[in-house]
Amino acid sequence: MAGRQAVKVYLDLLSQPCRALLIFLKHNKIPHTVELIALRKGQQKTPEFTKLNPMQKVPVLDDNGFVLTESDAILKYLATTYNVPDHWYPKLPEKRARVDEYTAWHHVNTRMHASTVFLQEVIFPMMGQPTNPAKFEKALADLNGTLDMLENMFLKRQPFLCADEISLADLLAVCELMQPLCSGRDILKDRPKLLSWRNRVQSALSDSFDEAHSVVYQIREKFTAKL
Amino acid sequence: MSLEIYLDLFSQPCRSVYIFAKKNDIQFDYKKISLFEGYQYSEEYGKINLLRKAPAIKDGDFYLAESVTSCSVAIMLYLTEKFHTPDHWYPADLQKRARVNEYLSWQHSTIRPHGSKMMWFKLLIPKAFGTEIPKEKMDNAVEDLNSSLNLFEEKFLQDRPFIVGDQISLADLVAIVEIMQPVGAGMDVFENRPKLKAWKDRVRAEIGAELFDEAHQAIFYAQEAVKTMDPEKIEHFKPKILRYFLS
Repeated sequence: MAGRQAVKVYLDLLSQPCRALLIFLKHNKIPHTVELIALRKGQQKTPEFTKLNPMQKVPVLDDNGFVLTESDAILKYLATTYNVPDHWYPKLPEKRARVDEYTAWHHVNTRMHASTVFLQEVIFPMMGQPTNPAKFEKALADLNGTLDMLENMFLKRQPFLCADEISLADLLAVCELMQPLCSGRDILKDRPKLLSWRNRVQSALSDSFDEAHSVVYQIREKFTAKL
Repeated sequence: MSLEIYLDLFSQPCRSVYIFAKKNDIQFDYKKISLFEGYQYSEEYGKINLLRKAPAIKDGDFYLAESVTSCSVAIMLYLTEKFHTPDHWYPADLQKRARVNEYLSWQHSTIRPHGSKMMWFKLLIPKAFGTEIPKEKMDNAVEDLNSSLNLFEEKFLQDRPFIVGDQISLADLVAIVEIMQPVGAGMDVFENRPKLKAWKDRVRAEIGAELFDEAHQAIFYAQEAVKTMDPEKIEHFKPKILRYFLS
C-alpha cells in the first residue's frame, strides 16, 4: 500500500500465536519490524511493556499508534487492511462465518489443550515443578478430543479447516499443534487425515513456516538429547 | 421462514444472539431447546450441530449436512453482514472493528469461563451433587472473576461509555450477557463497581429494558428454578462437571 508505514510487532517465537502472526506478515510481504520480547526472561512484565499492553501478553501490534492485542483480532485486521488474497479471510459472509466460527472455537479447544500438554511436558519440568501423571493423562485425553473434532467436523469434507483453501484458521491451528513437538511428541502421528492437512498447510506456507518454527525445532533437539 | 435459530436463554451466548436478532428486527424461527433436558445430545440436534453446542443457526441455503454455524460470535457477525444492521454493532472502520474483535477474542478465556463458573459453583453443582464447593475453590473462582472484571474496566471500558466508544457494539452485547450470568447465581458483581454498573445501565437502555429483561428471565429466576429442579435433569452433566470443575 503506497505511503503506508511499516507496522511494529512485539513477539516471542516460543508463543504459538506470535508465530502465526510472523508467518502471516512474511508470507504476505507486509512491511513490519519485530521487537522480541523474551517471555522466559519476564520481559512482558516490564513497566514499558505493561504500559503498551496491561495484559502482559504477546503478540502486540502497533500500527503507527494503533495498538492492538489478541492474535485473531490482529490477523483479521491485517487481512482486511492489506491487500492479501481473499482466502485468508474471505469477504463473502458465509465463508467468513466459517473462519470466525473456527477462531472462536479455537481459544478453549485447540489452543487450550495443545498448550496444556506442552506446559506440563516441557515448561513445568524446566521450571522444576513436580509432574502430575494423572493431570498429564487428562491433558492428552482433552487434546485427543479436540483432534477428533478437527477431523470429524472441520476437515470432514474439505482439505483445509474452513474451505478448499488455507485461511487464518489453519494458520492459528497449525502453530498450536506444532507446540507439543518441543518435547519430540508428534500428536498427529497416528492421524493420517491431520497429517495430510498439516503437510498441505506447510506447503502453502513454505519458508516462512520453518523459519518461524526454528525455536520449536531447537527445543526439540535439546529436549530429546536429554532423554 | 428461512432463518432458524436454536436457543436456550439460560445460556449466555444464546442470549446475545436472541437480543441481537430481536433488536434488529431480524425475522427468524425461534427454536427453543433445553440444554438441561439434554437436547443437545440428541441425534436430531447432532445432525444440526456436530459441536453440540448452542446457539446454532440454519439459514436457508447456508445449510449443509453438518455445517450449520454455531458459536454466538460467528453467528452475530454473519447476521450483521446478511441483514445490514446499523454500523455501530460491527463498524466498517477497520480500527474500531479490530477493537470489537479484540474484546471478543479476549473474553473467551477470561470473563466467559469465570462468569460461567459462578453459576456452576453456586447453583448447579450443589444441586447435582448435593454438596457445596470447598471454600478455597470458591474463593479462587471469585478471585478469577474479579481479576477479569478489573481488567475489563481498566482496559476495555476506561472512560468510554461503551467498549469501542460512544456507541454500543457486539463487544458490549457479548460482555453483558456473560457478566449477568453470575448475577443469576446470586452474586452481585456490580456492588462496589460503579463504573461497571453505569455501563450495564447504559447497555440495558440501548438494548431496551424490556428486551433485556425478557432475555434474562431465565437468569433472574435461576435461583428459584434450580431449587425446584429435579436433580435427575443434571445427571447427564455430571461427567462433564467432574472433568471440568472437580478434577
